[in-house]
Amino acid sequence: MPETVRLTINGKPVSVPVGTTVAAAILRGGEHVFRRSVSGMPRGPLCGMGICFECRLTIDGRSHQPSCQTPCRAGMDIRTDGL
Amino acid sequence: MNNTADVVVVGAGIVGAACGEVLSGEGLRVAIVESEVVGGGATAAGMGHIVVMDEPEADYALTRYSRDLWDEFEPLLPPEVEFCRCGTLWVAADEEEMQIARRKAASYTRLGVRAELFDPAVLREAEPNLRPLAGGLLVPDDSIIYPPCAARWFVARAISRGALLHVDARVIELRNGEVLLASGGRISTGVTVCANGTWASSLVPSLDVRPRKGHLAITDRYPGFAHHEVVELGYLKSVHVPAAESVACNVLPRPNGQVLIGSSRQFGVTDARIDAPVLERMLRRAVEYFPGLARLNVIRTWTGFRAATSDRLPLIGRCPGYDKIYLATGHEGLGITTATGTARLIADLILGHEPAIPTGPYAPSRPTLGSAHA
Repeated sequence: MPETVRLTINGKPVSVPVGTTVAAAILRGGEHVFRRSVSGMPRGPLCGMGICFECRLTIDGRSHQPSCQTPCRAGMDIRTDGL
Repeated sequence: MNNTADVVVVGAGIVGAACGEVLSGEGLRVAIVESEVVGGGATAAGMGHIVVMDEPEADYALTRYSRDLWDEFEPLLPPEVEFCRCGTLWVAADEEEMQIARRKAASYTRLGVRAELFDPAVLREAEPNLRPLAGGLLVPDDSIIYPPCAARWFVARAISRGALLHVDARVIELRNGEVLLASGGRISTGVTVCANGTWASSLVPSLDVRPRKGHLAITDRYPGFAHHEVVELGYLKSVHVPAAESVACNVLPRPNGQVLIGSSRQFGVTDARIDAPVLERMLRRAVEYFPGLARLNVIRTWTGFRAATSDRLPLIGRCPGYDKIYLATGHEGLGITTATGTARLIADLILGHEPAIPTGPYAPSRPTLGSAHA
């Protein structure tokens, strides 16, 4: 049984294995829309390696964080309803 | 390319584009010749600020005339020009700068330009992300636009009236009544308007125009971070002191929530690459005013070259030594604002109409100018 961390995604508590990226945690829950483009189109991870910046979202109130490069930490507040 | 025109406009930046729009509107056959793309030079690099300066008198006259002309265009502008009347907020770091703010408030009011002094509390309410300051001066009727799209719109209007646009066409020589192109083509013309910014000096020998390099940075979208074009009053010192290098806090919100951060000024540099130490100083200056900027993501940085004259006024009028060549350059950091007024004055001078404001202060033959090559 791997060690886990607990965090919330859009207010919903989730538990993921230690070392999981924020992007992976969201995809595990079946969500694919991480943010909205200038014209309101859905956006989500494309490259998964910190280059394309399409997977940006709001972590602990700070917007435009690259979720594929951010490991989950206990108590994180993740939001996918931002820009 | 062998053809004829009444007027050839060299350069399709905001100034050349505006000239094409006005001249074609006067029924003249206009050809616009652009070495790269429409609105791609200093026009694309600038912040897009439409601002009335209260002094000196010649700056006031041209910026006020031009802002009024922009306001006439406003109902016609397409959405991509992103015209936004966010106002200029001049901010005072200390009591000395607050004295300047009070003097400017009186001066704007005397000139009939709406202006409002802010005490520290009102300033904080207007721009909560500013650090506590001594106060500010709001000029609410100033605006911002996205300049490349404004240039494209001016050019499109000119084309709809029969003007010809030649892009990727470099002019190599101006003669009275003739424009020679690098391609070997030539255009016979009544008059030529040289509106290609700092590159005008490559076509007109000994022109008093030299490049003044600037850096800008833009963030990702953070709606509500700033609400006005915020300029530190110390900016005026940085503009007017002919130091080799200076920075000032100049922050404006784009309508999509991006935050545009300036500004830097450097003489004696022609290398367009980012100068990291200057960019760092510029960003640090902005962070001194907006500490929260340090937590935002900058997604792009770039540079541009303002066309600066030695007496800090533009060159608008007939070029000394030529009957048929007019200059519309040297606008330094005010070219987006003053493009509309410049175009109108150029048309009046070419057509012999009485201009709405005196053009003497901008005449290329004025004695206060030197030669950039002297």
